[in-house]
Amino acid sequence: MSKVDELTERAEKAREKKAAYGPDIPLESYTSKAPAHEKVQTLKMLPTNYQNQSLGVGVDASEDERSGSFFQLDTSVVYSKTSAPNVEVLSVTEALDKYDWLKDYWWKAVAVDADKYTAQAALEFSNGYFIRAKAGAKTILPIQACMFLAQESLSQNVHNIIIAEKGSELHIITGCRTADELSHGIHVGVSEFFIKEGATCSFTMIHNWGPEVAVRPRSGSIIEKDATFISNYVCLKPVKSLQMYPVFRCVGENATALSYSLLYAADGSHMDVGARVILEAAQCKADVIARTITNGGEIISRGNLTGLHPDVKGHLECRGLLLGDHGRIFAVPELDGAVPGVDMSHEAAVGKIAEEEITYLMTRGLSEDDATSAIVRGFLDIEIKGVPPALQEEMRRAVHTTEGMGL
Amino acid sequence: MLDIQNLHVAVDGKSILKGLDLSINEGETHALFGQNGSGKTTLVLTIMGFPGYRVTEGRILFKKEDITHLPINERARLGIGLSFQHPPAIHGVKLKDLTEIAAQHGNSAFKIEEVAETIHIPPDFLTRDVNLGFSGGEVKRTELLQLLAQNPDLVLLDEPDSGVDLENIALVGETINKLLDRDKRSRERHKAGLIITHAGGILKIVQADKAHVLVDGQIACSGNPGELLNDICELGYEECVKCPR
Repeated sequence: MSKVDELTERAEKAREKKAAYGPDIPLESYTSKAPAHEKVQTLKMLPTNYQNQSLGVGVDASEDERSGSFFQLDTSVVYSKTSAPNVEVLSVTEALDKYDWLKDYWWKAVAVDADKYTAQAALEFSNGYFIRAKAGAKTILPIQACMFLAQESLSQNVHNIIIAEKGSELHIITGCRTADELSHGIHVGVSEFFIKEGATCSFTMIHNWGPEVAVRPRSGSIIEKDATFISNYVCLKPVKSLQMYPVFRCVGENATALSYSLLYAADGSHMDVGARVILEAAQCKADVIARTITNGGEIISRGNLTGLHPDVKGHLECRGLLLGDHGRIFAVPELDGAVPGVDMSHEAAVGKIAEEEITYLMTRGLSEDDATSAIVRGFLDIEIKGVPPALQEEMRRAVHTTEGMGL
Repeated sequence: MLDIQNLHVAVDGKSILKGLDLSINEGETHALFGQNGSGKTTLVLTIMGFPGYRVTEGRILFKKEDITHLPINERARLGIGLSFQHPPAIHGVKLKDLTEIAAQHGNSAFKIEEVAETIHIPPDFLTRDVNLGFSGGEVKRTELLQLLAQNPDLVLLDEPDSGVDLENIALVGETINKLLDRDKRSRERHKAGLIITHAGGILKIVQADKAHVLVDGQIACSGNPGELLNDICELGYEECVKCPR
């Protein structure tokens, strides 16, 4: 049986397989078909409202301060371009045609039969991006990629491959969002990351979905010797149901995985978000940091560190802030040391804003609402090492443009 | 400028201030002495409008306006500023940002970096989370920085010299003098101040016009700051209770 046939067969068997976490989403109520969209020559040729909406998730149609761009509208890749030498940005379909070796990466970091959503991405595949920094290539300006969902009731099933070859440096910002008018849809996104020896990759993902949209990203990464992968995830806008639990495997000596998540659940939002890092070789390191806020929604914040080698170090941190009178944050930090000599720790804290902090800021002239907002923004303002200033700024902007936060 | 009349305040249902009267005129600085638990901090937090400090009787007038039930920020905007004894640390809120906020409602031409340097606050401090990991002395100096930006007409200082090392005590005192117009001739002074001090050390640098001793929620006596301090040092607070003055 060919590899493709084998993958298809495994996916078929997993079609009805419920995910380990999160509410089950009936996929039958969605369609995977959407009319094709024409390619555009520049992002400025996209409808203005799409351009403006993408800006909110860090995707800038002017392409200033960016070294490449990718834009997928529903199931169509309408734009892909890079100005950075030795960095490729292609639709994954195009890349699979171009590179025979790419099939060796296909479903390598994520299991095709993990659940019904990975199966859906395999069987009802609707494109995705391929971003690759060749060996030694270093780009400080980020590549931007946008997954835009505009078709009513669409299941956008994308599969992305990101490869940072040996000694390269790659920074990516991915913005995912739905058109304002869309009321029903689901995004299933498989992303497989391969961070090769000595490479550094930062991946900043900003999500802005609608209150009736379900989201099921499925990510896996393989981090080799002396390589660093920094993953930042920001979701501060309403979403019906978001569940993701990316797995980072540090397989080479001195590999580092850093995961930062900023979540804000408004009333009606359900988020089950976490990160798992498996430390498989000597001197591997991991930080899994989450800041979560509920203003009526429910957040399950998971973290798991698994130490499979004696000489590894990791830290989990989950801080949750409860605003308003209802809403829930359930922090689930897990440490799994399978061998002696691992050094892993966690801290978790969930509570409301201390009144003394609000009154302190009020003595400087801020109203109670403004003081609360300042504290909330400060709570989400985490310093992330290794991320270019432009990306740090995008994260800050996402925080500052979240309306109603703290009120 | 400040006129407190028959002030009764309860905290968590417990009566702390019991009929306190106090007037501070424009240009005057008063010192407030008292044992731990006598109600000194309760008084300044009540003047500032902290919600846990419930005024059960009496009223507070500021610039002739009754502010007894105004929220904190409105009192700040009217011109009352407070230097905390133990301010909270706030993650992610930078000292510079907070000082800018204070300046927006006060001295809009305030040059943060320049002033910070004069009170020995290094530039990297400005980008730190406010009060997080600051030493006692650093807290006091950064509180003063914010007040200089806020430029209040009535300055409330709760133990401004506690935790300040000897090297910086003169600097803190001089800064307070500036805040309170004490560096100007008496007729040019417009600011008013109330300084809570347990040990009175700061008064060697900041010349207060008048002092009061707070005993069990009431002002037990008032007078010359130096003389009162000497009496307290010699005889202890217990004598203030008995003193007929």
